[in-house]
Amino acid sequence: MTLKLGVPSKGRLMDKTFEWFGRHGITLGRSGSEREYAGYVQGIDNVELILLSAGEIPRELAAGRIHLGVTGTDLVRDRLGQWEQRVRELAELGFGQADLVLAVPRAWVDVNCLDDLDAAAAAFRARHGFRLRIATKYHRLVRDFLRENGVADYQLVDSQGATEGTVKFETAEAIADITSSGDTLRANHLKILEDGMILKSQATLFKSRVASMEAEDRRTLEVLKARLDLD
Amino acid sequence: MPERAAIRAEAARLRAIFEAAGALPVETSVLQPAEVLLDLYGEDIRARAYVTSDALRGEQMLRPDFTVPVVQMHMEHGAEPARYTYSGEVFRRQEEDARRANEYTQVGFEIFERDAPEAADAEVFALFFDILRPLGLRAATGDIGILMAAVAGLRTSDRRKAALLRHIWRPRRFRALIDRFSGRAPMPEARAALLATTDPMAGAGPFIGLRGPDEIAARITALREDAALGPISASEVALIDAILAVRETSDNALENLRDIAVDLPAIQPATERLARRLDELGARGIDITALDFEASYGRTQMEYYDGFVFGFYAAERPDLPPVASGGRYDALTRHLGRGREIPAVGGVIRPGLVLSLGGRA
Repeated sequence: MTLKLGVPSKGRLMDKTFEWFGRHGITLGRSGSEREYAGYVQGIDNVELILLSAGEIPRELAAGRIHLGVTGTDLVRDRLGQWEQRVRELAELGFGQADLVLAVPRAWVDVNCLDDLDAAAAAFRARHGFRLRIATKYHRLVRDFLRENGVADYQLVDSQGATEGTVKFETAEAIADITSSGDTLRANHLKILEDGMILKSQATLFKSRVASMEAEDRRTLEVLKARLDLD
Repeated sequence: MPERAAIRAEAARLRAIFEAAGALPVETSVLQPAEVLLDLYGEDIRARAYVTSDALRGEQMLRPDFTVPVVQMHMEHGAEPARYTYSGEVFRRQEEDARRANEYTQVGFEIFERDAPEAADAEVFALFFDILRPLGLRAATGDIGILMAAVAGLRTSDRRKAALLRHIWRPRRFRALIDRFSGRAPMPEARAALLATTDPMAGAGPFIGLRGPDEIAARITALREDAALGPISASEVALIDAILAVRETSDNALENLRDIAVDLPAIQPATERLARRLDELGARGIDITALDFEASYGRTQMEYYDGFVFGFYAAERPDLPPVASGGRYDALTRHLGRGREIPAVGGVIRPGLVLSLGGRA
């Protein structure tokens, strides 16, 4: 048996993950051509690299098909109900920082906090006949956050990309999206609500709590954790 | 969990009891148009109901309860007065607790009647009480109408009252609003800064989106008016707190609320409705000196109950959801009736839980 490690299959997240493991003397890499999703592991035995879309890693961890996986905290919390019971955080990797925030048009000078948003939503619904629309792809996180904070009279509309543009395009009145610097928000005439931080996320190494492990896998995991200074 | 056949038999037995009480058996579709439920409950319903869709009808929900379709059916072509019973499965998404069922049978009883609402409240409760008596459950009761009347009677602006009424069912936000309106919590800095400027729209940047400058200006005017208004008095806040703290046997709760009504006369009609309901319950053999009443009960549930509310719980099994629950939902009929309305009260029993707790089948 081998310990299966899921890593994002492309982009900065993959490169940074490879670098992070490399600093601990474990070399991860893609084998074959650029287009082939196969990988190799050097510097530790019995660990297998599985290249996956970052969005699918939470599901694979929860299903126990991989033992370890690198993905964003935002994705784990949005995709997995009762996530603490299904995965465990082993290490925050210090990159891929992204905040899930609630933002509204900068021209809304009367809306600076959730309290304002709630009042504006009530007035908006009375005026327009439908609930104020918030565009996002993080439905569960946003809904839980707004319920927890008692915001009503809104609706979520799905937006899988270019979310910052939905307000100008008039398919939403506000957005909840990932931002790292806030530049895209500013460029699209949006501002973050003072108490609109829904989640601070970064790339994190997770361990599945449900994947079955044999004695040898446990030994491998101990070796790996020692190498990664995770004891 | 008991077997399906046993649950079905128990559901049939319960439905027969409701039919004997004069209810007409009705059926509803499992798939409900999502729009109606979303409009009613807002986005929160998505966390509780399964949503599916097709290219022709758009979003549909697996029915999360029977009340909405039964009310719709009645508002479209029901005779008056009417009483209905139904039994069937409802579907609830469970994202927090995997032990809770996501599909279970409910048997319900609903009364639509204009006259003597307290008698109808008492009839529904007493019927449920008798059916569930062998299980030795704890009955919880409350009345959302009392808190609503208290808010409506505050000496403050209609706008503040509307904001509070809108959040009756969200206790945390309700509390935050009370704190703000009474001056207990300071005005947020950004708002104070906004109101201090003479031209708040200066430097607002380009207007984007559907919410226009007139709407922003209207809210600023509203905020200015509100800032000029005096706070809700400490004594009135104390009365609201006193109402929310009422939690005792029904006879004592009534006395307590009558005392509060001396200082807050607006709740008097609601308090007298409670008195009449207790009389009606007593007349049906319910010992009101042993019946719990909690003024804030039912506030965290779905927001269509606006009067009497009740639930039956297995005291020894805190892990179980209520075995039965119900209440008055006049506002729901107003909302779904598009201009028409009818007072209505009803409740549901979960036969699967009745059997789990050793009830008869």
